[in-house]
Amino acid sequence: MPAKKDPVKTAPPAKVKPRRRSHWTRDDTELSILALPTTVWYILFCYLPMFGIILAFKDYRITQGASFLTSLLKSDWIGLKNFEYFFNLPIFPQLLRNTLLYNIVFIVMGIVFPVLFAILISNIYSKRLSKTYQTLMFMPHFMSWVVVSYFVMAFLNPTLGLANTIVEWFGGKPISWYMEAKYWPYILVFLNFWKTIGYNMVVYLASITGIDQSLYEAAVLDGASKFQQARYITIPSIRPIIIMMFILSVGRIFSTDFGLFYQVTRGAQFPLDGVTTTFDVQVFKMLNSQGTTMGQTTAASMFQAVVGCITILCANGIVRKVDKSSALI
Amino acid sequence: MSKKMNDSAMNKLNRIKPGTNILFNLLFVLLAAMCFLPIVSIFVISITDAGAIRADGYKFFVWGKDVSFSAYEYLWTQRQTILHALWVSVYVTVIGTVLGVALTTLMGYVLSRKEYKLNGFLTILVFIPMIFGGGMAASYVVNTQILHLKDSMWILILPLAVSSFNVTITRTFFRQTIPDSIIESAKIDGASQWTIFGRIVLPVSKPVLATIGLFLAFGYWNDWFQSKLYIDSNSLKSLQAMLYSIEADLKFLTQNQTAALTSQAALLASMPKESVTMAIAFVVAVPIACVYPFFQKYFISGLTVGAVKG
Repeated sequence: MPAKKDPVKTAPPAKVKPRRRSHWTRDDTELSILALPTTVWYILFCYLPMFGIILAFKDYRITQGASFLTSLLKSDWIGLKNFEYFFNLPIFPQLLRNTLLYNIVFIVMGIVFPVLFAILISNIYSKRLSKTYQTLMFMPHFMSWVVVSYFVMAFLNPTLGLANTIVEWFGGKPISWYMEAKYWPYILVFLNFWKTIGYNMVVYLASITGIDQSLYEAAVLDGASKFQQARYITIPSIRPIIIMMFILSVGRIFSTDFGLFYQVTRGAQFPLDGVTTTFDVQVFKMLNSQGTTMGQTTAASMFQAVVGCITILCANGIVRKVDKSSALI
Repeated sequence: MSKKMNDSAMNKLNRIKPGTNILFNLLFVLLAAMCFLPIVSIFVISITDAGAIRADGYKFFVWGKDVSFSAYEYLWTQRQTILHALWVSVYVTVIGTVLGVALTTLMGYVLSRKEYKLNGFLTILVFIPMIFGGGMAASYVVNTQILHLKDSMWILILPLAVSSFNVTITRTFFRQTIPDSIIESAKIDGASQWTIFGRIVLPVSKPVLATIGLFLAFGYWNDWFQSKLYIDSNSLKSLQAMLYSIEADLKFLTQNQTAALTSQAALLASMPKESVTMAIAFVVAVPIACVYPFFQKYFISGLTVGAVKG
């Protein structure tokens, strides 16, 4: 991405204005009015929830007849009790393991395969065929997890499903997929691959097509094989975007795709819950359960948000140390 | 001319071997089939006769007497409910997209004005939510207890309208495509920022408007999580919401029926359950499957613009 060196596109802190006038002008007023609606939106839907985490430190009780805010103010501060409750849940180690392991596998697969396929597809002779493949592979990206859960149902329905038809055709015994936890890690990893492969491949392909062709010409003249060209030209050229996708996905390592883990598994119920409950699923379950208080649920989701924020800053910090121009912030 | 010849000669020289080409093509045929096959499968199931399903399970192919459109006939008898859900989906998608594009481009434009005094402040305001949020539960509390949006149309629309990612895309686009000199000269001519935005900036920004609009439209159309979390009343159920609740609540389709209870029960009993569920899934999936190839290029351009760091 050579365009990246363009100074207008550098990170926010770097774009200190060179010719800032000292007094407030009519222009500033007009721009403020233009920005007002979106600013209000940000305050209501992004910043109010940030203050909503006060709940996590309170023993929230509804005061009869009072509004939410008064009840909140009247509730007692209980320090980190809500967090203690969450960390002491018997399922907590499982949540941590599921969330992190799935995400690590997703991150590795989400870089290795798309980059590999992008390089392969850029070498296909026919550009028309290549476009067709891309379009077809892009399809899953546009399907909601609800629709996908029915795709999965068509295959994994224990009595009618296509997967069991195949299993029986090979002489195996039909499997009740939704009752056997041991298959689900593979199913979920496959589904994630299936849903993201087209999108990610196209991201990398877009930057591969942007590589200066003269590099390859020079390499051919020097007798480089196709493999060497990929190794020494293509991959180094798309490295910034690989790193960026990496930081972004590492930053989300504590959050998962709720639809994949909850909707596709039909509610992450027993006996699948052990391998399908991640932080997001747990927060959703807590939100819908009578047994947990609002404060405990908020604490759980705040833990996820805070740890996620720390990981994205760390990932960015490490990348910054290694290669400053690839860092996100 | 000779340059062109050189290029094609170069391309010929620097190609993979024909055998490798066939191998790669085969691989991608498989991958493409894997990605596209499921939607074909649910269509096949939806047109399979209920008796054939009961006897042999789902099939990859169906022909002859096993083909039956009774699932779609059944959906047709329930068109009132389905059309209502469709209307909710379309309404939310249209209003949400228009509102989202307006809010996003306004902020994007303001952030692209480097001489603006509050630029630094607003940039930070937009940037922080990219790395930190209050979390799902805190948003839930705010939306239901403070904003009182539970079980209203607006909860389906408002929270998805703006994303910092989209704001960054528009800001980068405005910075790159609109020269400062044009805006400066318009200002000298006495144009207000509002006029500049409406008359100069928006007309030349169709590509980015299309990209953001499509991101939002697909997001709204595919959204089911907001409904799941906040919507209780049936009159606010979108197609996606109807789809996830279809199995748990098969009555949902029949409860708007004006007919008497007995005929309702009869209808339920006669309903080809398996194929009807798949038919609804197909009906929800098909508009998108038909539409996205035409808009794919905007998505890709959006991705590459978005890939430029904020």
